[in-house]
Amino acid sequence: MAGKSNGAVKKNRWSAGVTPYAEMGYYNADYEPKETDILCAFRIVPQEGVEPIEAAAAVAGESSTATWTVVWTDRLTAHEHYQAKCYRVDPVPGTDQHIAYIAYDLDLFEENSIANLTSSIIGNVFGFKALKSLRLEDMRIPPHYTKTFQGPAHGIVMEREYLNKYGRPLLGATTKPKLGLSARNYGRVVYEALRGGLDFVKDDENINSQPFMRWRDRFLFCMEAVNKAQAATGEIKGHYLNVTAGTMEEMYERAEFAKELGSVIIMIDLTIGYTAIQSMSKWCRKNGLILHLHRAGHSTYTRQKTHGVNFRVICKWMRLAGVDHIHAGTVVGKLEGDPNAVQGYYATLRENIIAPNPVQGLYFEQNWASMPGVMPVASGGIHAGQMHQLLHYLGEDCVLQFGGGTIGHPDGIAEGATANRVAVEAMMQARNEGRDYLNEGPEILARAARWSPSLRKALEVWKDVTFEFESTDTPDVVVTPTF
Amino acid sequence: MRITQGTFSYLPDFDDDQIRAQVQYCLDNDWPVSIEYTDDPHPRNVYWDMWGMPMFDIKDAAGIMLELNKCREVFPNHYVRINGYDRRYGRQTTALSFIVNRPKHEPGFRVDRMEFSDRQLKYSLHAYSTDRPTGERYEDS
Repeated sequence: MAGKSNGAVKKNRWSAGVTPYAEMGYYNADYEPKETDILCAFRIVPQEGVEPIEAAAAVAGESSTATWTVVWTDRLTAHEHYQAKCYRVDPVPGTDQHIAYIAYDLDLFEENSIANLTSSIIGNVFGFKALKSLRLEDMRIPPHYTKTFQGPAHGIVMEREYLNKYGRPLLGATTKPKLGLSARNYGRVVYEALRGGLDFVKDDENINSQPFMRWRDRFLFCMEAVNKAQAATGEIKGHYLNVTAGTMEEMYERAEFAKELGSVIIMIDLTIGYTAIQSMSKWCRKNGLILHLHRAGHSTYTRQKTHGVNFRVICKWMRLAGVDHIHAGTVVGKLEGDPNAVQGYYATLRENIIAPNPVQGLYFEQNWASMPGVMPVASGGIHAGQMHQLLHYLGEDCVLQFGGGTIGHPDGIAEGATANRVAVEAMMQARNEGRDYLNEGPEILARAARWSPSLRKALEVWKDVTFEFESTDTPDVVVTPTF
Repeated sequence: MRITQGTFSYLPDFDDDQIRAQVQYCLDNDWPVSIEYTDDPHPRNVYWDMWGMPMFDIKDAAGIMLELNKCREVFPNHYVRINGYDRRYGRQTTALSFIVNRPKHEPGFRVDRMEFSDRQLKYSLHAYSTDRPTGERYEDS
């Protein structure tokens, strides 16, 4: 490490002892990344006295072949090939941070394994003492690696064809209260919300199989609700049955039961781990169920600007791992999400080829090589009165989830659901007619509320509800508004 | 009951101007428009009957409205829908689909429950209208 070798005479690359990482080949400003390389952008803050380039080289070393000291056994390998190479280090103006760009050869990674990919890239290096802090901002995953993964069990296009729903965002709600309802009462919420006009209702992330409601009872009552609502509307409806459990065996058992009952969709939490997610995706492809992922726990490492892993990277890993839905922010709701950053996540999940876009925090071009898109889910503190903003920021290929904004309606759950459905359809109609729906949104909603009492009530109750806090995680290049 | 399939079923039925505006939106996006009709409203009835081929070459909303009116004249008591199709690489699927005609009386669906072991039920959705042969449904509307 630079700190230790200060003042030392530059030694031979292979002499025993400690050599700066930058001198061991982990920094090479002339390196031109190959199209097959996996590229990473890390935000690093070196400790006092550590040169940024040495710190960046250390990240490359510790996330690939290096250890703290020279080892002669490197000479038994084509080590230049296996070494990750930092090829660029840029200071972030006005801060002590730098962005380090590092290239990894494809040979470093096992095919079709997020576990292996992440054990390398974020394995040991985040605890490295010579860094004050470290954050993985973005990755470029080349088609050569992408093609080794299954990807989404179904993807956006198949999901819409399966559900027979086109031309508007899908609507959902999370059953509330999230804990404590008996299975029978829980199914009542599901039925009311679906018959009122939502497409989906959802288990919350921590609804698994607790003493107040065991999973099997919940599945039975929810499927009664789903089928009754289908008859009431003539539409296909779904409830995300959360199969998250302590072991794969239990998850498979629950998923099999959901399938036998005829559910179109199941759900897992991010907390089950990358390998379990890949396994459930395989199961869903094989059995024809859509796979919904709740990003439970992600904020512990995605939210702080100088630590952890940016959520756009999690989006890429989850598209590879093969989920069909992922919660990706609302812009206007109660949870963290800078508008530009969130639009970057949505593009990463939905598009095929995404150009670098510093405004949205996208450091690299990403080519998905036709891997189907993941449906982003917007959930947390949103309501019908924001429909124009939601459509503007998030587009139409997403699921808008109004939990409180459905169940909290003064006239009942079904009326809350109807309010949301009327609002989204009125907004789509106006957009397609060429209206400036973002600016005229409140007026468009007010006009629909004249004939829709459900929407009128919803607008009255929630008209002034906004969540105006500054985002902690924002792209560097622009000052962005916060809602 | 009112079947709420399609993009705009929660809004009051569209008049011709409103339908034309949506058709124009499809044409502006280079989405060919098609017209389909059915008297089997089951939500998993994917293949409604086609009123001719998708109108790949009609770039004028008035021409499509003419076809729609012919279809509605022949099938005044059927469900009729308009679809916009996005053939772009990566999509190649329906982009917009909305009902523009429906029977005056929609009898709806029955849930059939077959009791099975372990408290399980096997569900089936039954459209009352399909008790009669196709072509003879909704005649009383």
